[in-house]
Amino acid sequence: MRFRAKIVDLACLNHFSRIINTIAKLAKTCILRLTVCKLYFILSDKVANGGASMWCELSQGNFFDEFQMEGVAAEHNEIYLELVPDNLSRALKTAQSAKAVKIKLTNKHCPCLRVAVELPSLSSSSRIVTHDIPVGVIPRRMWNDFREPSVPDFDVSIYLPVLKTMKSVVERMKNLSNFIVVEANLSGEMNLKIETDLVSVTTHFKDLGNPPWASADGCRSSAQGRDLESMAEACIDIKKLQQLLAGQQVNPTKALCNIVRKRVVHFILLHEEVSLQYFIPAIA
Amino acid sequence: MPFSAQPPASGERYALSASLDNARHLSSLLRAVHFQDHATCFATASGLRVTVEDAKCIQANAFIQAEIFQEFSVQEESVMFRVNLSVLLDCLTIFGTSSLPGTSTALRMCYRGYGHPLMLFLEEGGVVTVCKINTQEPEELLDFDFCSTKVVNKIILQSEGLREAFAELDMTSEVLQITMSPDKPYFRLSTFGNAGSAHLDYPRDSDLVEAFHCNQTQTNRYKIALLKPSTKALALSCKVSIRTDAQGFLSLQYMIRNEDGQICFVEYYCCPDENITEAEL
Repeated sequence: MRFRAKIVDLACLNHFSRIINTIAKLAKTCILRLTVCKLYFILSDKVANGGASMWCELSQGNFFDEFQMEGVAAEHNEIYLELVPDNLSRALKTAQSAKAVKIKLTNKHCPCLRVAVELPSLSSSSRIVTHDIPVGVIPRRMWNDFREPSVPDFDVSIYLPVLKTMKSVVERMKNLSNFIVVEANLSGEMNLKIETDLVSVTTHFKDLGNPPWASADGCRSSAQGRDLESMAEACIDIKKLQQLLAGQQVNPTKALCNIVRKRVVHFILLHEEVSLQYFIPAIA
Repeated sequence: MPFSAQPPASGERYALSASLDNARHLSSLLRAVHFQDHATCFATASGLRVTVEDAKCIQANAFIQAEIFQEFSVQEESVMFRVNLSVLLDCLTIFGTSSLPGTSTALRMCYRGYGHPLMLFLEEGGVVTVCKINTQEPEELLDFDFCSTKVVNKIILQSEGLREAFAELDMTSEVLQITMSPDKPYFRLSTFGNAGSAHLDYPRDSDLVEAFHCNQTQTNRYKIALLKPSTKALALSCKVSIRTDAQGFLSLQYMIRNEDGQICFVEYYCCPDENITEAEL
């Protein structure tokens, strides 16, 4: 098992750091899956994270100048590591004006991701700050636990409103309630609602648009017979939604959510080089 | 707009009904008196008064007169209810607090009367938020019985002169001592903290002093923790009037200009701290 990679371009480095910051806001611990072409940050829906799960995918070629990976075996040319993304985020904080960042999988005393940040220096010798981030190697027999989640058979799919507005509203609502109801219909309308003994607040978004989902088996065509006005709703933990929105530092190219009434809200945020899916289960 | 999101037609009988193009005209004033969760709202044809009290010795009032609103109507002589001010502020600022030029949140406020919730309809950029805030029985408010005939000493200052002083008050001191006198030191703020005592003197002929009417030397102490929240009102204001009566009760009146240049007032009343003897003064 070998892994070494290098980022030299400052813009790529900053972009990569921003992604890690977003991941760190969503998960205390997650899985980093390395393949020849891609990196994945995975959080599976364990009770420890309140049942939320995450799948983040990026093409290594968009970020790394050098990327060499040798998996556990030839037929399984992948590496699965468990790590604390906040450790990686903090290591990258020192790299804001770095000349280069090298990441390497090492196993001196225990498995680590060694992040070596080469900083600009006035003298001829370079300054290097090295961070050793402990990781856990996930054995092959457990890889099935971390497969890509399938898009659920949703009741409604809708584009999200301007994230900045959504973020402000959810932040205020978080002061008032622990839970939030997300509901939407096939007429481009979405409501965010909270209700407690003291207060109830509903924010109405309209003209959002519903994404067209093409499907091989034509099951989406059943939407045509459906009532376009009827709302599909799910009540979720407001903190999870606030963390997702707080982590978005740049406007995504596409942002949408799929609602399975009373079961789960599936958020999909697409940027040019990275896609993020976040599943928040409904509170029973 | 969904049916439930439409504000009620003006023809319906609401004990209180008001519209405001820029909700910040209300929220920024309410923040200046937000040092407790609960507030009493009192509305008459002249406008809205929101009162917050603490420890039975401090009271803050925010006045938003009817002219500030685009529409303001009170059905009976007066309407009074108690509401959670933290919740009210979260609702008024639901779209955020940053004031981008050109954007503002429009507000419509309706109250059906005793036992009914306070309804807020807020709109910004085509997005509508509807809030229903439960109201409570109003509690009896303190009456400081502070009228202009009982005023012993009065100073009007430009707020910028006091802002730094109040922001940097030594909070390790239990009290803020205010001395007002026709003779030196004229106007002195003192604290007695862990590091020692600090005195800040304002000469009567300072540019910052707009009016000086002191008839008697008075030194009074007030619990600093109670007065500290008034710093928010001071920060917003352009002028402040400081008055004391024969019992040493303090009245601070802040003149605040909103974004549109309209004038509103916030006042703080405070009882003198009783835990001091004459000998200490």
